[in-house]
Amino acid sequence: MNILVCIKQVPASSKVEVDPVTGVIKRDGASCKMNPYDLYALETAFRIREAAGGTIHVISMGPGQAADVIREAFAMGADGGTLVSDRRFGGADVLATSYTLAQGIRAAGDFDLILCGKQTTDGDTAQVGSEIAEWLGIPSVANVREIREVTDEDLTIAMDLPEEIEIARVQMPCLLAVDKDIFMPRLPSYVRKKAAAGRKIQVLSLDDMEDKDPSHYGLNGSPTQVVRIFPPDVNDEKETWTEPGDIMAAHLTEKLAELKFI
Amino acid sequence: MPELILHPEYIEDPQVLVDLCPFGAMELDDQGQLSISPACKMCRLCVRKGPKGAVEFREDETPKPAVDKSAWKGIAVYVDHVDGDIHPVTYELIGKAREMADRIHQPVYALFLGHDIEAQARELLHYGADQVVVYDEPELARFAIEPYTTAFEDFIHAFQPGSILVGATTVGRQLAPRVAARMHTGLTADCTILEMDEQTDLSQIRPAFGGNIMAHIKTPNNRPQMATVRYKIMNAPERMPQEQGEILHRQLPSSKLSSRIEVLDIVAKPREESIENADVLVVAGRGVKKPEDLEMLQKLADLLGGQLACTRPLVEAGVMDARTQIGLSGRTVRPKLIITCGVSGAVQFTAGMNHADQIFAINTDPEAPIFKTANYCLVQDLYEVVPALIDRLEARKGAAHV
Repeated sequence: MNILVCIKQVPASSKVEVDPVTGVIKRDGASCKMNPYDLYALETAFRIREAAGGTIHVISMGPGQAADVIREAFAMGADGGTLVSDRRFGGADVLATSYTLAQGIRAAGDFDLILCGKQTTDGDTAQVGSEIAEWLGIPSVANVREIREVTDEDLTIAMDLPEEIEIARVQMPCLLAVDKDIFMPRLPSYVRKKAAAGRKIQVLSLDDMEDKDPSHYGLNGSPTQVVRIFPPDVNDEKETWTEPGDIMAAHLTEKLAELKFI
Repeated sequence: MPELILHPEYIEDPQVLVDLCPFGAMELDDQGQLSISPACKMCRLCVRKGPKGAVEFREDETPKPAVDKSAWKGIAVYVDHVDGDIHPVTYELIGKAREMADRIHQPVYALFLGHDIEAQARELLHYGADQVVVYDEPELARFAIEPYTTAFEDFIHAFQPGSILVGATTVGRQLAPRVAARMHTGLTADCTILEMDEQTDLSQIRPAFGGNIMAHIKTPNNRPQMATVRYKIMNAPERMPQEQGEILHRQLPSSKLSSRIEVLDIVAKPREESIENADVLVVAGRGVKKPEDLEMLQKLADLLGGQLACTRPLVEAGVMDARTQIGLSGRTVRPKLIITCGVSGAVQFTAGMNHADQIFAINTDPEAPIFKTANYCLVQDLYEVVPALIDRLEARKGAAHV
């Protein structure tokens, strides 16, 4: 089975501050890591390969240094990797990002199963996986909490719903977004890292895509635009209540209703 | 394609631009040559805040044709449900859609995909939708990504809504992106503020980067404009006693509703209780006099749909499980609501809960350190407040069921 895992490099810390005067984002750009949710997707791939055989390829979109997370995936056990990287992809929103990745996936090979993490810690939308599946015209399931059975044609999975769990059989090729905790991710191995030291990472730019029209990528291919970014209102309100118990209980009930807790 | 062009003649110190870029996309090579890497997110901060003339934003020579916004009218709400049980986020979104639609004098649609849902569709007419558009097919009885996307697409082509709101539930989070990709349009996740302007452009405001920053997003040249919103962000409208609006039925041939996903079984979810996952926590502290009184606090937690947690002394006394202890030697929690009862608020405790959204503290001592952390400082004996609060919550629950 050919398995593809989508991974992303994200800032190591989600702490970002906006300078209230200049509106400039202050961000520690230096330290990056693999999106923690992607580790669960990778682990799922390793478990499926152990059970059913096959190869695992990873794909990432980002600047040159995003190759680091691909090498990290090699050290965990991935067989090959593709980096989709081009300045013309910059400023992509969900639609343009998923389109670029779908084009990259087409250029990278034929895959039976595409695995994604639940979401990223920087974009936080949890939407890119489903959009990739739509561009590729394959079925998709999110909130996958368990892989029950793998055959040559399909996978039986358990999907999390708010009040229940749905067991479903999904035909391949398909895309699954797995939940955190589906499996405990393994650590990178030094031996594997050494073994993969010279392994080439395929780098794809716009010129390698089937669709070379630059207006479908990056800022130009993005229907949504960020008008501005601003610091949120801080919740520093503080109230002190000193009334008698029964009045306080009424006051508290009212407040909880106002805050939509009841 | 719009692009950023560097003009070295206006750049005295390239390091200024390197430091300015929040995404580390300005790179200096060994020769001191500045270039822009693929890390660029086209935020254009370098154009606005960098040295004058240093970076130029060059627009497309042939801009994309403008969408005819007048051809896209109304605001649609996806009716989120499992087996016909409508998720309450639906009513909240209909309320928000109504408010925004009134501003631009356009209709509100509710899109309802399911099977045997006539009664539920009527219920939606009590909340302000002008038209409830129903696709009632056996293939749509349960959520299935492919037929649901197809029916959604059919609705969009038939009604051309300018904006579409979807609840950010487990279903909505899968369905909305597929529909957005099929329509080649934008989708903003987890909006906390939505505003409609006179030009029918939808302002979508959401927390970005883990909530430390708010982003104001627009979809200026695409229709429909799509957004998802989490439950309990918008206000649900009051149910009107009389029906208003109409139900419209649309049909799709079953050949269009095939699915490559087959549901085999529905099983009950194991109850997973851990205080880290709870949205609401009631915390028992040393002010709780007898172990039996914990039942009272448990009752309060149950009434609020939350869980009971505690401070270290109660674990040491053996009356509470160590897994329910908050603090440096226990668990770190970040609930939406926390009510501490008789908790003094040592630093070791507050370090494990001070990121809660709303902190209510009940303590008899006005000088208790917990009041430094709390948003609401209730200076009172917990035995004076909690029983009265339980009575009121029970009375409310009873009234809601009548």
